[in-house]
Amino acid sequence: MRFIRAWITPLIALFIAFAIGAILMITQGSDPVKAYQSLFTTAFSTQEGLAKTFGKATPLAISGLAVVIGLRAGLFNIGAQGQLISGALAAAWAGYAITGLPMIAHVPLCLLIGGFFGSIVGYIAGALKAYRGIHEVITTIMLNSIVLQLAEYLSNGPLKEEGSIIARTPEVLDTAKIGSVAGLPIGFFLSGLLALGVWWIFKKTTTGFRFETVGKNKNAAWYAGIAVKRNTVFAMVACGALAGFGGAVETLGVVGKFEPAFNQGLGFDGITIALLARANPLAVIPGAILFGGMRGAGPTMQFSAGVSPEIIDLILAIVLFFVTAPIISRILKLKNDTTTQVTSGWGSN
Amino acid sequence: MVGVVTKMTKSVMRSKKTIYLYLVILAIAIAYTINSVSTVAVAASSITFGLPLAMAAMVGIMCERTGVVNIGIEGTLLTSSFFGFFVAALSQNLIWGLIAAIASGAATGLLLALLTVSWKMDQIIAGTIVNILATGLTSFFYKQGYSLPAIFPRWSIPGLAEIPFLGRVLFQSGPITYFGLIFILVLYFAIYHTPWGLRTRAIGEHPSSADTSGISVLRIKYTNVVIAGAFGGLTGAYLTLELVGSFDRGFSAGKGFTALAIMIFGRWNPIGALLAAVFFGFAQALANQLMIDGLVNIPGPFINMLPYVLTIVVLAFSAGKVRGPAAAGQPYEREKA
Amino acid sequence: MATLLQVKNLTKSFGSVIANNNISFEVNAGEIVALLGENGAGKSTLVKSVFGLLRPDQGEIYIDGKQMAPGDTAAVIASGVGMVHQHFQLVPVMSVTENIILGDEPKDGIFISIKKAEKKVRALSEKFGLAVDPTANIEDLPVGMQQRVEILKALSKDVRLLIFDEPTAVLTPQETDELILVIKNLAQLGVGVIVITHKLREVMALADRVVVLRDGKVVGTTTPKQSDEAGLAQMMVGRNVVLEVSKGAANPGQPVLSVKGLEVFDDRKLLAVKGVDLQVRSGEILGIAGVEGNGQRELVEAICGMRVRAKGEVLVGGMGTKDMHPHAVHEAGLSHIPEDREKHGLVSSYSIADNLILNRFDQQPFARGWFRNMSAIKKNADLLVKKFDIRTTSPAALASALSGGNKQKVVIARELSQDLQVLVAAQPTRGVDVGSIEFIHKQLIAARDGGAGVLLVSAELDEIISLSDRIAVMSGGIIVATIDNKNADRDYLGRLMAGLSA
Ligand SMILES: Nc1ncnc2c1ncn2[C@@H]1O[C@H](COP(=O)(O)OP(=O)(O)O)[C@@H](O)[C@H]1O
Ligand SMILES: [Mg+2]
Repeated sequence: MRFIRAWITPLIALFIAFAIGAILMITQGSDPVKAYQSLFTTAFSTQEGLAKTFGKATPLAISGLAVVIGLRAGLFNIGAQGQLISGALAAAWAGYAITGLPMIAHVPLCLLIGGFFGSIVGYIAGALKAYRGIHEVITTIMLNSIVLQLAEYLSNGPLKEEGSIIARTPEVLDTAKIGSVAGLPIGFFLSGLLALGVWWIFKKTTTGFRFETVGKNKNAAWYAGIAVKRNTVFAMVACGALAGFGGAVETLGVVGKFEPAFNQGLGFDGITIALLARANPLAVIPGAILFGGMRGAGPTMQFSAGVSPEIIDLILAIVLFFVTAPIISRILKLKNDTTTQVTSGWGSN
Repeated sequence: MVGVVTKMTKSVMRSKKTIYLYLVILAIAIAYTINSVSTVAVAASSITFGLPLAMAAMVGIMCERTGVVNIGIEGTLLTSSFFGFFVAALSQNLIWGLIAAIASGAATGLLLALLTVSWKMDQIIAGTIVNILATGLTSFFYKQGYSLPAIFPRWSIPGLAEIPFLGRVLFQSGPITYFGLIFILVLYFAIYHTPWGLRTRAIGEHPSSADTSGISVLRIKYTNVVIAGAFGGLTGAYLTLELVGSFDRGFSAGKGFTALAIMIFGRWNPIGALLAAVFFGFAQALANQLMIDGLVNIPGPFINMLPYVLTIVVLAFSAGKVRGPAAAGQPYEREKA
Repeated sequence: MATLLQVKNLTKSFGSVIANNNISFEVNAGEIVALLGENGAGKSTLVKSVFGLLRPDQGEIYIDGKQMAPGDTAAVIASGVGMVHQHFQLVPVMSVTENIILGDEPKDGIFISIKKAEKKVRALSEKFGLAVDPTANIEDLPVGMQQRVEILKALSKDVRLLIFDEPTAVLTPQETDELILVIKNLAQLGVGVIVITHKLREVMALADRVVVLRDGKVVGTTTPKQSDEAGLAQMMVGRNVVLEVSKGAANPGQPVLSVKGLEVFDDRKLLAVKGVDLQVRSGEILGIAGVEGNGQRELVEAICGMRVRAKGEVLVGGMGTKDMHPHAVHEAGLSHIPEDREKHGLVSSYSIADNLILNRFDQQPFARGWFRNMSAIKKNADLLVKKFDIRTTSPAALASALSGGNKQKVVIARELSQDLQVLVAAQPTRGVDVGSIEFIHKQLIAARDGGAGVLLVSAELDEIISLSDRIAVMSGGIIVATIDNKNADRDYLGRLMAGLSA
């Protein structure tokens, strides 16, 4: 019963969003059945499509987890995007610039470097929140833009591939590449492990309990001897490290280099996934697979039914709306179907 | 009205802060004598860059003064510039575009009010929904290859436009600029000197005291958030129909978020936010001008990130010291009073 | 006499709690009606419904014979009703004048005329003999003064019915007497008055008629002439009240809490505790009596490490606690029942079990290293839920689902289930039902008998008198006297509380 309750709102939200998407397609003179059919068969039944789906799902899952950690600690991390980009770029640099290492050392090193650079971005937001009382939503959004500009500068300047016309870094070395097994990217399994890890931390460890107590009642946390500021910073650092790690996985496993044009919107999909999963780390994985499939196979709708792939943006936005707005729970009269609370003042701690 | 204005002017003249005003005037005068062309250009661009930020900050001020945190300003700007542009392009009529922009902005305000005031949703998440819906909507319906018949023309105000420096900077602008500036002044007086303002501030600080005074908290919240949305729509119209003349995906480029920082920097006060926004505009205009004059060579990305860096720096020094409306962010529930 | 207000068969429930159950009563012009009842009897709910702040589920409200639409405060105000709220309804950052005119602003064109407004406030203030500074900010005023503003605000419209919800809770006995005079004057002028209180003395001094509420029902209507305090008390509680809490003689030992020369600032940066010395010995209860707002809160917070101490020291079991975090003070052996349990005492979206270990979640046996020990946490919860009679379906239930009394029991269970030398209990029975109050009182006495030194701070003088072994009276930020409970006498204490040298 509890299980059904947790899932019913997201499922209905998905259904409504697809229905609205279908109506829009009809008004544009396209055939929604054809479009959805091609979307789902491409995404979930062809070998190639599945590889793409899971490839796309990997960074989505990890950025979703980065948002989940924040939500649990009472922080709304809109900055997964920037954290991820900085991780992706750093990993690309480490992937081509550090030479002479065996794969077994090079890959983990690149991942760690990616995580580290992501965590720096997270740290800035966390410290500004804890010590200056600036809401993380504003800082992380600003940091997203700053990091993007920096990445553009670096990949078009000091770190640019020689002779390339577009802004991008050189290809990472083979020793830094993450391959696939059975047609599925290894990175995806990594994201599954991370989800388990995050779940376990919140379920079983004192660190998780600290984060969660700070998220639920700062005053009681302080009173019970939990260092609120330190844990706020720490949680943001963890978010950033995770997202940076996700960026690194994306670079080493999918793109093979850093290109600013890639990675767009991953952080925002991460927010939608995290809210869809109700901040439950394990539920992030199916959400990410669904989103990955839609993102990966979206363009096929253009060929098969003439539907512009941006419909996916709209459908996902509608999903978010119905998951977070208390409409469905009101109609179904679900009790205790509370949406997440993250609001705190701009200038307070 | 006249009484209030003269009293205001007097108090400004007496205030210690007036020294800053004189310093600014002095700095402008010195710069003007050294290089009048660049000084005028920088000053004019400060207004051009700063005005949309100031107007967007008014959206935030009106909402937060009534206790609603509006992080969806970005979505309002995006939606309204989208509708403003396409309605104007399809009808080949700027006025229809303007109306569409204002109406769609008001609609985003209505949505936010519904989510936060009636459904008492977390206000940050509600604003994020507005933003993500706006992004989805505008990127799906976006089509390439449309263009506007024109943009709003500049109106030189006879007499005033001929004043050296000020004439070029302030009195040769487009209609939305004039309206926006006047609106900001009017909002200032309305907030601090009218019954509506007193009630609005009371709701933002302590809603149950307004409620127990027989004021309909719900109605004022709705009214303010929707009017704020409409004004945000006007801001979107300014961006697309008066300033740029085109529309792209992600057109608002974070201005709605920067506006929140400006609101805080300006201490939730319309005049304060206007000054803060002009300061932001100035920083950007100055960097641009220095590049144009070949005095410095900063890579483009660094110029682009200037407003964002400035936002963080400004907040780091101003947030925490200033106190926003105490009830902003909290839904008002009568039965829990 | 003309009937001003008539309430017919009013019922209002919150979820499963029926706060008002089929209540009918009336108020005539010039009459003072006291609504008497215990905490939680439904008094506030009743007058909020009358004032249009709550929508009753059933029933009708007539003012001057005209039926009022439910939930329409503006219409109620327009028909001449004013209310002084239990929790002040004033905007802290605004001036006295702005607060008084809110909702009915004198205008000059489209602008508010502050001049006219201030004149109006001055006139009101003179007319009713309630002196205030119209330009002062509310947040800078002491509570008693804030209440004056609240009263002036209610009087600023042409009121014919005035409602006071527990107006004396924050007043000294002297201020209370002044307020009683004000109210009587108003009644003389023909205003109908409803006064809510649970203080019998005031009822006797004030009321023309008494309506007694218990568990949301009217259990009787009487007049002070027909009844006496004991009779009223019995009606209010529904049984013979034992004001006496049964407890053995104290057996005090060594001092376990020593406060020396303590000075503390309040949130407004004013000195609220102006040099307090006190000692609590093991095995005794020291009660701090005083009108709220005389530094008790700041004193408690400073003792517990929640507030910076400007001067002086606090020793727990002989150990200094300078600059210690509240948790460290706690570890030093000081348990604390915080005044604001929702803010500091509980995480309401956590389970009861987690709340019961909130300040020990990282200690043995509830954590082993980095890992939380779920079975120990559960065992602890099962034990405490039973021992402290926490009424819940399961220890895994969320604390938010508990009633006020049971929430408080969770806090008390947690604080008493660890090694303690000192227990600081701040307003331990506020907002708690009668049954739980008795239980909590027994627990405090049990803690004393177990050898802890108990510091009890309460705004309820009766609670102080019935539990304490010694009583320290606090007024104006200092302890004005410390007396043995044998010598306790309400009038004497009242004079001390008012800061009069008795
Ligand atoms: N907003 C509310 N939500 C839920 N329960 C409430 C609310 N207000 C009052 N109650 C409950 O109704 C009962 C009566 O409360 P109240 O009228 O405040 O009592 P009194 O003023 O007599 O102390 C209490 O049990 C209280 O817990
Ligand atoms: Mg009450």
